[in-house]
Amino acid sequence: MIKQFKQLAIASSVAAACLGAAIPAAQAAEEQFFMLPSYRVGPYGANGQSFYGGFIDYLSYVNQKGGIDGVQITWEECETEYNNAKGVECYERMKSKAQKAPGPIHTMSTGISYALVDKAAADKLPLAMMGYGLTSAVDGSVFPWAFPLVTTYQMQASAIIKFLKDKNAGSLAGKKIVYLYHDSAYGKEPILALEAESRLNKFDLVQIPVAHPGNEQGAQWQRIRQEKPDYVIMWGWGVMNMTAIKTAQKMGFPRDRMIGSWWAGSEEDTVPAGDAAKGYMSATWNVAGKDVPLIADIEKTVYGAGKGNLKDTSKLGTILYNRGVSAAVLSVEAIRAAQAKHGKGKAMNGEQVRWGLENLNITEARLKQIGATGLLPDVKTSCDNHEGSGKVKLQQWDGAKWVVLTDWIEGNKQLIHPLFQADAAKFAKEKGITPRNCAAEAKK
Amino acid sequence: MQFFFEVLIGGLLSGVMYSLVALGFVLIFKASGVFNFAQGAMVYFAALSVVGCMEKGAPLWLALILAFGIMTLLGIATEKFVLRKMVNQPPIALFMATIGLSFFIDGFAPLLWGNEVRPLDIGLVDEPIPWILDSYNIVVSKFDLVAAGLALALVALLALFFQYTRVGRALRAVADDHQAALSIGIPLQHIWALVWAVAGFVALVAGMLWGSRNGVQFALTFTALKALPVLILGGFTSVPGAIVGGLIIGASEKLAEIYIPPVLAGWFGGNFGGIEGWFPYVMALLFLLVRPEGLFGEKHIDRV
Repeated sequence: MIKQFKQLAIASSVAAACLGAAIPAAQAAEEQFFMLPSYRVGPYGANGQSFYGGFIDYLSYVNQKGGIDGVQITWEECETEYNNAKGVECYERMKSKAQKAPGPIHTMSTGISYALVDKAAADKLPLAMMGYGLTSAVDGSVFPWAFPLVTTYQMQASAIIKFLKDKNAGSLAGKKIVYLYHDSAYGKEPILALEAESRLNKFDLVQIPVAHPGNEQGAQWQRIRQEKPDYVIMWGWGVMNMTAIKTAQKMGFPRDRMIGSWWAGSEEDTVPAGDAAKGYMSATWNVAGKDVPLIADIEKTVYGAGKGNLKDTSKLGTILYNRGVSAAVLSVEAIRAAQAKHGKGKAMNGEQVRWGLENLNITEARLKQIGATGLLPDVKTSCDNHEGSGKVKLQQWDGAKWVVLTDWIEGNKQLIHPLFQADAAKFAKEKGITPRNCAAEAKK
Repeated sequence: MQFFFEVLIGGLLSGVMYSLVALGFVLIFKASGVFNFAQGAMVYFAALSVVGCMEKGAPLWLALILAFGIMTLLGIATEKFVLRKMVNQPPIALFMATIGLSFFIDGFAPLLWGNEVRPLDIGLVDEPIPWILDSYNIVVSKFDLVAAGLALALVALLALFFQYTRVGRALRAVADDHQAALSIGIPLQHIWALVWAVAGFVALVAGMLWGSRNGVQFALTFTALKALPVLILGGFTSVPGAIVGGLIIGASEKLAEIYIPPVLAGWFGGNFGGIEGWFPYVMALLFLLVRPEGLFGEKHIDRV
């Protein structure tokens, strides 16, 4: 009996010692939490599937490589169905979990981003809007918590004009360009920039809106046929893109004179359109393909270990998958930048991650280290420039894949930046916000 | 003038596409008095089933048969699990049930077949007919003409079915009064299952044409939105009404989209394009005020 008691006591002591050792270790494990208000069902589910698949695969990849300097990444998805109300609901549900150590929030929706700009600022949670969202948030003095990273709708529109100008021996004078757009905040964002470009480059701009969801565009394309434009720039999303490409075919408008925004330039838009899409062009802030070393390594490492997020591995290397990876790369780099300043190996709080996003410096050399050369442009952010790049490439659909036509093209900064700075100043005045003094902060 | 006719013809042909979706609504309403909110979802499910079967290796003809089988099963299941429990319930309860059904199909269809946007090639190219373009400089699409032909054939077939067959007459009796129809020995359950299967067939035809034009994707469910003003105009119980309503809505929304915004812009400044999203509804609303039962709808008279 005594012997049994002794054995039990020893066993209990060993177990207690083990537990005692384990508990502090568990407490010490640092984690950075990404809330992901994503969409995988609903009208734009196919697009969200690829984007968030790529995003999560990169987070898994980083974890498999040891985390962000030892800090493991965790995440939770919440289905928004690309619906603003559901997006806000997801945000409210997850924000308390994200409060301690948040990753940048990516909604992949201009509408949801608009709804979250003020909330995220109040909750001190950084909001990323890579390639979408509120253009005037480039001005970090007014929008410290919002980051329309890489490039904005207005800079993208300007870059497309630059591309067309180069195509026409440096002048668009006397040309006619139709701007066919989704009649929503997303579609209306670049109008200011296109009007400014039209005045500067003396081309005729005809604006034609398409009512949501854009699955019927007969009247719009009849008008385009009547206008006889030299080019059509299209700001579409989802079913609108394919309908536009097919209706252009029906009206006999050449597809190689149509240029879509980056939301109108994925395989989801061109593959279902079949032969009608051949020759169609679009802007993009990331390239497609698995020949980017990082994408190939994700496939080998993450999918090799059976931890891939997507069942359908044919999505790997598509435009939207690579965009999800690119968005995750910048988010992780922001946390790395924050750690470099505030302590390596520690989970970063909202303010620290915000600082990281505002002090990104992703050079060509850094992209090479990550294995992302050519995947996305170099990015350098600051207090007064939350965009950090403003560059896009132009690509063309050859009937089977996207072919890159140009190097990175930067929009006309001198023309476009004052536009959103004025808009940001107006916003600050309306809301009674005192803008930060970026120059003074830079000196500190 | 040539441009006016091009817009008019384009609008009329688009209207036929709306009519195809409206037909499904009319069928179910005519036979059961239920406004089937799930018709748009059925169009999506039918088209998705065709491409799903084709991805599994079935040729188009077999995929069509299989998809029709799936839609028939859906019809039988709807009768058995939803409608049978709700015999003689107020129309609003049945309407609510179809809203539930619509959300169920929206969620179930992609679970079954995946939610990727997929092409559907039915061998029809959506290109202008060269000789019309050369002779009159008017764009008329081959695809639109075939779609119009199909819709008209379908209407003729359904009109004959309702008017001249025993089942058709039974369907009309059920629509008038569930209990009275039951009391004279009409098998309500079979009739309802049958009409849902026929509506599934109409959804399949609509799904094939819309899916071939815009790709098979979730947005096909939005086609229902295009059918609502058509129904208000044409009447909920009239098969020819669905066609006439579709033609009026299609032509008027296209003409409105082209000719009204410049006038409004001249008066108020700004851009008023994109009105075709709401214009048909305003038109239907105005029509509703004048003729609530629609152009061809049955006038409802109650004894006091």
